[in-house]
Amino acid sequence: MVFRKLFVTEETTHSNHKVIIKPKSGWQLIDWKELLEYKDLFYFLILRDIKSIYKQTVLGFSWAILRPFITMIIFQLVFNNLANISTDGSPGPIFYYSGLVPWMYFSNSLTRSTASLISGAGIFTKVYFPRLVLPIVPCLASIVDFVIAMSITFVLLLVYGLTPTIWLLFLPVLILIMFFTASGLGLWLSALAVQYRDIPYGAQFLVSMLMWVAPVIWSINQFPATYRIYYGLYPMAGVIEGFRSALYGMNAMPWDLIGMGALSSIIIFISGAYNFKRKERSFADVV
Amino acid sequence: MNNSIIKVENLSKRYRIGVKDEKHDTIIGAMLSWIKSPLSNFRRVQKLSTFKNDSAQDVIWAIKNISFEVQQGEILGVIGKNGAGKSTLLKILSRIVDPTDGQATVRGRVASLLEIGTGFHAELSGRENIYLNGTILGMTRGEIRKNFNDIVEFSEIGKFIDTPVKRYSSGMYVRLAFAIAAHLDPDVLIVDEVLAVGDAAFQKKCLGKMSETANSGRTVLFVSHNMHTIQSLCSRAILLDKGNIVKDGDTRNVVSHYLKPIQAHATEGESDLTNWPGSRNSPGEIRATYLKTLDKNGIPCSTFQIYDSITFELEVENIGQNGFVVSFLINDAEGALVYQIRSQDSSIDTENVPSKVKVQMTISKLKVTEKQYTVDVWVGNHFDKLEDLVESAISFDVINVGHSKLALRSVIHETGEWDISQN
Repeated sequence: MVFRKLFVTEETTHSNHKVIIKPKSGWQLIDWKELLEYKDLFYFLILRDIKSIYKQTVLGFSWAILRPFITMIIFQLVFNNLANISTDGSPGPIFYYSGLVPWMYFSNSLTRSTASLISGAGIFTKVYFPRLVLPIVPCLASIVDFVIAMSITFVLLLVYGLTPTIWLLFLPVLILIMFFTASGLGLWLSALAVQYRDIPYGAQFLVSMLMWVAPVIWSINQFPATYRIYYGLYPMAGVIEGFRSALYGMNAMPWDLIGMGALSSIIIFISGAYNFKRKERSFADVV
Repeated sequence: MNNSIIKVENLSKRYRIGVKDEKHDTIIGAMLSWIKSPLSNFRRVQKLSTFKNDSAQDVIWAIKNISFEVQQGEILGVIGKNGAGKSTLLKILSRIVDPTDGQATVRGRVASLLEIGTGFHAELSGRENIYLNGTILGMTRGEIRKNFNDIVEFSEIGKFIDTPVKRYSSGMYVRLAFAIAAHLDPDVLIVDEVLAVGDAAFQKKCLGKMSETANSGRTVLFVSHNMHTIQSLCSRAILLDKGNIVKDGDTRNVVSHYLKPIQAHATEGESDLTNWPGSRNSPGEIRATYLKTLDKNGIPCSTFQIYDSITFELEVENIGQNGFVVSFLINDAEGALVYQIRSQDSSIDTENVPSKVKVQMTISKLKVTEKQYTVDVWVGNHFDKLEDLVESAISFDVINVGHSKLALRSVIHETGEWDISQN
């Protein structure tokens, strides 16, 4: 379906543009061309998410900093000062904060992505557009929060007199891995949540459990070395450890974890997208 | 060469309607079912998207084997009672739901207006919502920018354009939403009853814009309960009933075919309650035996217009020495109670009556929206204790011929005009 005048080329003029509506079955390919035609919709839905999230709040985007910052203080007091959990020789605040920032991006994106189809039911039961847009939008919109929170990391680095390594340039790749993991899981869970309303509850619980499994409050060096490579399949392991190494170089870049994580994040995303396409034809009927 | 813009071939759509939960009389039974409930819940929810058992009782065909073609520039009206399959048809053609069987071919850009203001975000300003809603409806950023001033002008929002829409009055909200929709420029426009919004003046403006759209060579599919609008906009109409096309052709003919039951006073509107197959709760002796809905001439009828008078004629038997009481509960298709009329609230004497009577109750002006309604009959003894309750004892349709849309939501308590005679 061509709505975009920009994209109305020879092969898609009005007269020969044709849509055949019939029952679909089996696995569907992702229609990248169609997704591209809806880039304006992507843009305005992301804008809506960003603009509306802190509307009528006093602190506005400061929340993006406050949440990881206050959590970091609590972690420092409880896990470092009280429980004496090692931070690998690095200053506690920077250790926790640089782990919390990517973690909070992941948990926010995943929770909102999982609920995206339920909260967007009012739209997709009334208008056609590629439904794939809905779970992906929150994962893109959350990047704004992430970038704002990230800025404080550099302030902390200054305070502790630490310098970033050259691998700072590699951060976009880590962000991409984190995005594919969050949106891939979001595609899986949102498609399930349309039909099974247990999923949003379960997802909230899952996200809080996954944090303890991720190296947010402990470091990868405390993990048994034999299983380290398998642990890398959990993409957030490579992402969080990669952030720490790139930002202040306490350890060498954990390429093994990052490699495994990249692989598994792409598998999660592609399988999630295909499952979503397979299920999407019944979304409007069951939501 | 075949010039049809929309070609529908043997289109069918199946839905599964919910199954009732089983009820438990004992605590043990309830607890057992609570333990088993995850499994049965899972089966029930899973069934929403699977149709393994085709003969299952809770499956309905919303539309079945529909075929028709629409030519370029044609304005097709789709009419029919509630539940006839009109909305399902539009949803399939808008690609919101998949058909179960058959296929439809649509050529050109399609825009569907099944609702106005889709995706409006209350916290965002009018300006932001114009862009958001516009892209959701299928416009590009450039198209919206080009039409922006026209949209604002049409909506009469003026200086409130940068105010969050949650601060808008409902009229402003609707006007803004329609203004965006009115500036869509598709090849095929699919519209479902969205014109019946706003005040009368704005409605007129919307209708003007609609016929302008229609006259500019675009193909339009239009669903409405308002026969005046259908007749003034559409050249051709199809009449759906129970998922089938029962009439297709010139709008005037199709509309009159649809309205014929009212004009011809067909003998619909009667219901024999003696061996009632549906839901009934009869703990007492008194029985409701026969129910009719009568028009103003006293003839049984099942389709009424807004503001028509409707008379319920109920035969009651086995009344004891102390008389009886009766209530009519009128529910809409979604099961919401709209009217509740009780004999206790009227001055009619229901105590000193023979054992077999005919009760007549008249609502002189039906103040309800166009929908299908069902009537529950509640008969009690003189202590107001239930004797006989017949659910959905009769149903009737209310249609709108040229009234502006009513927006009534609360229950109407009416006394009605009552009359009892020996039967």
